[in-house]
Formats: sequence, C-alpha cells, structure tokens
Amino acid sequence: MIALLRRDLTLAVRAGGGFGLGLAFFLVVVILVPFAVGPDTEILARIAPGVLWLGALLACLLSLDRIFALDWEDGSMDLLATAPLPLEGVVAVKALSHWLTTGLPLTLAAPVLGVLLNLPTPGFAWLVLSLALGTPALSIIGAFGAALTVGLKRGGLLLSLLVLPLYVPTLIFGAEVARRGSEGLELGSPLAFLAGISLGVAALMPYAAAAALRVNLR
Amino acid sequence: MSQTVTAPAAVMAASGLACARGGIAVLDRIDLELAAGEALVLRGPNGVGKTTLLRTLAGLQPALAGRLAVDPEGVVYAGHLDGVKAMLTVTENLTFWARCFGTEPRETVARAVQAFDLDGLTDRAAGTLSAGQKRRLGLARLLVTGRAIWLLDEPTVSLDTASVALFAAVMRRHLAAGGAAILATHLDLGIPARSLDLSAFKARALIEHDDFNEAFL
Repeated sequence: MIALLRRDLTLAVRAGGGFGLGLAFFLVVVILVPFAVGPDTEILARIAPGVLWLGALLACLLSLDRIFALDWEDGSMDLLATAPLPLEGVVAVKALSHWLTTGLPLTLAAPVLGVLLNLPTPGFAWLVLSLALGTPALSIIGAFGAALTVGLKRGGLLLSLLVLPLYVPTLIFGAEVARRGSEGLELGSPLAFLAGISLGVAALMPYAAAAALRVNLR
Repeated sequence: MSQTVTAPAAVMAASGLACARGGIAVLDRIDLELAAGEALVLRGPNGVGKTTLLRTLAGLQPALAGRLAVDPEGVVYAGHLDGVKAMLTVTENLTFWARCFGTEPRETVARAVQAFDLDGLTDRAAGTLSAGQKRRLGLARLLVTGRAIWLLDEPTVSLDTASVALFAAVMRRHLAAGGAAILATHLDLGIPARSLDLSAFKARALIEHDDFNEAFL
C-alpha cells in the first residue's frame, strides 16, 4: 500500500500528473471574485469564508476523474485488482494520494488567498482547520464517484453531477466553521459535524467505492 | 537460472464453470485442471470467450455457475494492456509491482530485466519504449510477482520473433521450476502444452441476465 502511495505521488508530480492544476484553478477563481463583486472590503470580508470553501471544493472536483481513470486506461486497474492488496485499501490509498496532491495544497494556500479577500484576522486559523478537516471528505467521496464512472468515456461531467450533491453537507459545515471563526462566534457544533462527516465517509466510502469498482471490472 | 516458485500438484481445478461477458453467458460447463509444471493453451475463434474465461479464473469477475478451486494468492493475471506507467522508468515500474506483491525488489527486478533483455532500457521512461519493448516489460512483471500460476491473455502480441523465443524460454523455465500457466494465444510457442478448444463449451442459450447491473448502468 505504501508502494502504491509512493507510485501515485511520483506520478502526480511528474509531467502530465496534474499536480498544481487544482491549486492554480483555486487561485484563479478566488482572484476573479473581487473583480465580479467589486472592491468593497466589507462585502468581501463577509463572503470570504464561503468563497474560499466553494473555490476549494471546485478545485478538488477538477482532478477527481484522474483518481482511477488513468489506471483504468492503461490496464493497471485489472492488475491492481488481482494483486494481493484489498481493493478497499487501493481506494483508500488513492483517495489519500488525491488529498495529498490536491486537498493539502489547497488548505495551505487558502490563508494566502484569504488576504486577497480581506478575511478577518481571527478567521485564518479556523479556515485552515475547517479545510484540513473537510477536504479529506471531498477526496474520499470523490473517489467513490470516480469508481462509479470509471469505465465511461468522458464520465467527468456525470461524475461532477453525482458527487456535487454529496459534497453539500461538507460544504455547509465547513463554510459555517470558517464563517463563525471569522466573526468570532461559537463554532463547536459545526466543527464536530464536519469532523464527523469526514470520519464517517473515511470509514464507509472505501467499501462502497470498491464495490463499484468490482462491478465495473466485470 | 533458478526460480523460487513452488506449487502443489493440482494448482487449479474448475468444474462446470460458466462465465458471462457484459451480462451475456458466453461459456458453459467448462471442466479444467491444471497441475504444477503444466501449461494449458486456450484456443478458439475470436469472441469465443478466451478473455472472459481468463478474467473469471483470475477472480476479476464472478462465475455464473460452477466451482473454481484455486489459491487466489497464487495467481497472476496479464491482460491485453500491460499496465505500464508511461512516466515511470522500466525499473520503477517493476519495483512497484515487486513491492505490491511483497517480493524483494532489487533481486527480482534484476532477474526479470535480464530474462526479458531489457538491460539497456532500465532508466528509460516506459512511455518512450516501443510497443514490443513495452510488452516485454509487461511480461517481466510476471517474474517479479513470484506467483506460480500465470494467466496470460495474448502474451505474444506485438513481440518480434526473437522476443517470442525469449518469452518461450522464460515460460519453459517457469514450468520447469514448478509453475503453471494458462495462455490464450494463436502462436505455437514450442513449449509442451495441452490445448483446450473453447468452441466446444459455447453457451447454448443466453441464460438469465444480471438484471441489477443492466438497470444500474
């Protein structure tokens, strides 16, 4: 499993691996927002947590179809399925490597972009914490969607339609933590919900995704 | 050259096996038995179900009916595609599979590289290899896994005559060391092998579909 993680990370940072794609997309989206809503710092400060969360979510979505599609196309998926790794483990490792190459950079870049949106100072720590807790759920749910659509030609759009509704709870609670944090309000319960959702999907989704892969492998 | 493959006498046995492709039954009532040191060549026209049978034996898809007795930890499958990562070098590709299958990478990779004459190519990105070289890399993976039963789907596609001979030699050594193999191939490799013509096992009627999957997709 560690070998698989290392391989996927190596592939991600080599040419054509798509590392940095999500990050660049996040950057562009967040920079575009002040152009669209105007330079009023009051408004920007109020919408900053929501915009940052939405941008991170969309950036995450961008690279989901690569989780399994590349291995599917070159036949590695068949070979991995017959290798002595449990398919659930393969899914978990691939979701983890997706998070390491997408979610983690997004989390680390978010405070820098928060400055651009005039995010209030107390909000920075909570923004980073909420993204660190929430983006793993985005990767794992996305891995499930990718497993469902892996055999389909140009399944990327279908994948987005399947996955976006499942992202709603994570988005609501993640953005709520960031918003309450920036306004200095009490945020215990959304934080607990966010962490609970992430832990729940981490425990259950690999099984669902592995079942979907087995159906697609037939 | 010695290999560390060990296998018991009857390594794979199937009885009354039926398999389906895309929800349609293609093969029915297949009985086969494979002993250590034995190769079985699947024959039959295109579309008869050679790939389907191999995928069923490899555990990639469930059998419609029948029994299959095999140690899933003893089987390695190689399909039409090589599963080679274009951006990794030859050595990196093989090392990954060695780690995956829990064999000692340094030793097995060197042996596999030598057996398939990939010596000059070890540091080349696999994406820059020719089709035949890529195929040889895909076949070298078999040696790296250290597994006894090879399930090979058209292993000689895009290989030149010399490479086919190389593959036949590797095959002979594998069998001599107690390994076993089931191959779907149209070439005569010059190795002692029984052959099984699958046309005799064609499914008579289209048996029941797996309704759930059809509706689901």
